[in-house]
Amino acid sequence: MSKPRIATTSLAGCFGCHMSLLDIDERILELIDLVDFDRSPVDDIKHISQRCAIGLVEGGCCNEENVNVLREFRANCDTLIAFGDCATMGGIPALRNNIPLEECVDEAYRAGVTVHNPEKIVPDDPEIPLLLDKVYPCHEVVKIDCFLPGCPPSADTLWTALTALLSGKPIELPYELLKYD
Amino acid sequence: MSDSITITIDGKEIEARPEQTILEAADAAGVYIPRLCSHPDLKPIGSCRVCVVLCDGRPQAACVKPVMDGMVIENETPAILQHRKNIIDMMFVEGNHFCMFCEKSGSCELQALAYRFGITAPQYPFQFPEKEIDASHPDVMLDHNRCVMCARCVRASQELDGKNVFQSIGRGFERKIGVNGERALGDTEMEATDRAAELCPVGCVVKKRVGFATPIGRRDYDAAPIGSNIEGERS
Repeated sequence: MSKPRIATTSLAGCFGCHMSLLDIDERILELIDLVDFDRSPVDDIKHISQRCAIGLVEGGCCNEENVNVLREFRANCDTLIAFGDCATMGGIPALRNNIPLEECVDEAYRAGVTVHNPEKIVPDDPEIPLLLDKVYPCHEVVKIDCFLPGCPPSADTLWTALTALLSGKPIELPYELLKYD
Repeated sequence: MSDSITITIDGKEIEARPEQTILEAADAAGVYIPRLCSHPDLKPIGSCRVCVVLCDGRPQAACVKPVMDGMVIENETPAILQHRKNIIDMMFVEGNHFCMFCEKSGSCELQALAYRFGITAPQYPFQFPEKEIDASHPDVMLDHNRCVMCARCVRASQELDGKNVFQSIGRGFERKIGVNGERALGDTEMEATDRAAELCPVGCVVKKRVGFATPIGRRDYDAAPIGSNIEGERS
């Protein structure tokens, strides 16, 4: 029987949650006995190749590419997990949510004290994904089946959740493993 | 005790004194009723509604409702737990609660209640409201992003400090904590030694230069859920 597949991605996040996933240390050998990795920054596969049992999404949606990737995950994953505070609540990127987008762009490319941009050019290449008006947590864009908060969620939190899911049991996090910081 | 009366909480009979509120009687008996705006040193105002219990079938705020002989109270029914979760959820989406860099994280009562209720993500849409930070005072900061309108600072300043530094102003969603000063907190009688500077359940009224002093793992609610100290006294 083929192993269940798992896909992971980092949207508007800092990859800290993926670092936490790697922080399961030697248990990663157990994990690759249990699952095959599909699209993930770990193996650099660019698109989901076939149906996945689990999708792990780090980060919320700050631009149109994030939304497209998140929709690809929703369409191809049986259980979609938002992991980390950015995915579940918006996190640090959402600090811009009560500042108008134009002001943010201005600060980043024109007016910021460390910015050297004499021609006041704001990057507008069509290759660059358009920014959304706000940063949205994943569950405000697609249906999310499971949330693992934390900044980042600890390796034990991720391990507990993944092993429970893979053995068909409900995810029951002990008190010490449910944290928002 | 000659004047003791008996009430029932979730089927368990407990002794109480007539002058007690439901919350006080439950605390003394080692039964934890979750609460946010209530504090033992302050007069209760019943504003947060987290402590609502069913009292003879009617919803009542346990922090203000006095006990009566034979009262039957329901504290941990699925409907009440859901009601409390909803309130905590709403508080999270109505403010800007960034736990990852908040100095109160780990000792925050709002966060601790969410942990106790097992909330992994709020169910309501985030508002991301525009709020102010008042850093004008040399020793105390006021960050409205994290305020839950419990009015503990208002009551502590009046009842314990003999001042009147804080007041609730505005209505509805616009409601916020105002200060009695020319412009900002720095113009008030506020001092870092005031009780009002230490009773905030969240990271709204915080003392400067003491943040992050307690390492992760030793903060108030790192190891055991909020209310464990009360439940630990259960006989």
